[in-house]
Amino acid sequence: MGEKIQKSKIKSQKLAPPHNPPLSKGGSGGGVATRDAYGEALLELGRKREDVVVLDADLSASTKTGTFAKAFPERFFNIGVSEQDLIGTASGLSLAGKLPFASTFAVFETGRAWEQIRQTISYSNLNVKLVATHSGITVAEDGASHQAVEDIALMRVLPNMTVIVPADGIETKQVISAISEHYGPVYVRLGRSKVPVVMPEDYRFSIGKAYTFHIGKDVNIIAAGIMVSVALKAMSILKDRGIDAGVINMSSVKPLDNDTVLEAAKVSRLIVTAEEHSVIGGLGGAVCEFLAEEYPVPVKRIGLRDTFGCSGPSDELMKLYGLTPENIVQVVEESLLGRQK
Amino acid sequence: MSQTAASRDIGFLKKQANIVRIDILKMLAEAGSGHTGGSLSAADIVTALYFYKMRHNPKDPAWKDRDRFILSKGHAAPLLYAVLAISGYFDKSLLMTLRKIGSPLQGHPCSKLLPGVEVSTGSLGQGLSVANGIAIGLNMSGINSRVYCMLGDGETQEGQVWEAAMTASHYRLDNLCAIIDNNGLQIDGPCCDVMGLEPIVKKWEAFGWHVIDIDGHDMKSILNALDEAEKVKGKPTMIVARTVKGKGVSFFEGKVKYHGLAPTQEELERALMELEDIDNG
Ligand SMILES: Cc1ncc(C[n+]2csc(CCOP(=O)(O)OP(=O)(O)O)c2C)c(N)n1
Ligand SMILES: [Mg+2]
Repeated sequence: MGEKIQKSKIKSQKLAPPHNPPLSKGGSGGGVATRDAYGEALLELGRKREDVVVLDADLSASTKTGTFAKAFPERFFNIGVSEQDLIGTASGLSLAGKLPFASTFAVFETGRAWEQIRQTISYSNLNVKLVATHSGITVAEDGASHQAVEDIALMRVLPNMTVIVPADGIETKQVISAISEHYGPVYVRLGRSKVPVVMPEDYRFSIGKAYTFHIGKDVNIIAAGIMVSVALKAMSILKDRGIDAGVINMSSVKPLDNDTVLEAAKVSRLIVTAEEHSVIGGLGGAVCEFLAEEYPVPVKRIGLRDTFGCSGPSDELMKLYGLTPENIVQVVEESLLGRQK
Repeated sequence: MSQTAASRDIGFLKKQANIVRIDILKMLAEAGSGHTGGSLSAADIVTALYFYKMRHNPKDPAWKDRDRFILSKGHAAPLLYAVLAISGYFDKSLLMTLRKIGSPLQGHPCSKLLPGVEVSTGSLGQGLSVANGIAIGLNMSGINSRVYCMLGDGETQEGQVWEAAMTASHYRLDNLCAIIDNNGLQIDGPCCDVMGLEPIVKKWEAFGWHVIDIDGHDMKSILNALDEAEKVKGKPTMIVARTVKGKGVSFFEGKVKYHGLAPTQEELERALMELEDIDNG
């Protein structure tokens, strides 16, 4: 036990690979929620571009589109509690030459309005930006009805759709700016809870490009969203235990950065995917689909295992569903040891 | 229902509604999050349903002849949990586990975890369709039970509500009685500013419903409306209940902000003083 504590002390000094800032403390402390960064990014974009319009479905205070609404009331449309109409109206606005951002909670945006997104936006390849907040289990106490753990799968399966899962506030701002320059439908998955800062200040996001913190010789963890910070913590614990683990921020879930996945698979013995989402159909699914066809290697997926979330504080839920550095470490060690025997 | 019986009921039900409100506030304060305003606004009606109108058996939640209640506005879960606990579906101490890990009292009702909850809700706009299905099924089985469904006014902005409105009148579901908790507020502000709903009564009438427009805090009007609904033949009934969001606690009443804010300990104490006053009065 004492040894462990000592190790974790050393770990905190060792963390911080060359070009990335030290993690801010704790899951809920430090950093900002990606939804807060979205609110700020929209405001900046609204100032720059007059064609930007924002729509919400009675959740503008929570999704942070309310900031834009205050600054540009004539370019903000609250459609009420009617997500299908939200998507249809956003589609119409794009056809009328505007650049619409439509926001609500991830479960309602991708769930209730899925077929509107499929038929109207995706099939017609409309330039609508779907930016949803309150994804995953860190929605916390509201419970499973409000926790989207299948939204990446729902959006990823749609042709023409781009799917982005930013890791922190810095990346969220980059993403909003980048997708405004990109023609076509985009789904951006944001969260409710504060997340640690993981990306460097000078980071530049581009669609289809992953960000590599480190490439490991033993294992590479491909993560997205809040799980990037969790993976970085796992990486440093593994390092102390003599395992060379790498971490890749695969914010661009679709298009996936195939080259980076391939490189990670070639240099190491194990790929681990980590996401605050079902292991079915999300980032883990995307990585497995690619590797199974192009370069089959052992993969372990961290995420919700065919289950709904539940009510509780977000840090307790992260533990309950194994979305912790400790669980990643355990999965990696068991898997590498198991393979040696 | 004789005049004297009704007035005896009214006194009892008012007291009961007060107890329900006290439980709602206590469990929300303990949970530290949850929906205060919409639980309090619907409290009188749901009290009347569970302690006056509905035939149900807390010892046998799956009793096939029971009347059914669907809380379509699932965020008012604390209200449902309070009436279920007071009815005896589960021990009242469970209320203090609301929204905690491992509790059957999820942030929004989960029928898989809690007997007495007919179906899981929380995503708005879906409950009336389910109520229709139950009503049709009961008719097919020759069961005489009635189906009640509580919606929020903001919730009726969902298109599915109007699809269900057509289904209910098309199939002449006179065993169905829906209620709109017409408190005039949703999350982003007053409904009339966010997405206007009026004329509510005329809309439901146009969709083929028998509509009763009442003060949703006047117990006598509530009982009369529920009794009247039972006598309507050939069409579903909609009770448009004019309510006040946060009703019962002066400093929560009519305040948009308390839609999704739980009382602090200090607010709880002040609220309980107001409510316990009524109880003794
Ligand atoms: C499909 C869906 N969209 C959005 C929400 C988030 N939400 C919860 S309550 C609410 C406002 C509901 O207003 P109203 O129906 O008037 O409820 P009440 O005033 O009775 O609390 C919203 C938008 C939800 N639960 N479900
Ligand atoms: Mg309302």
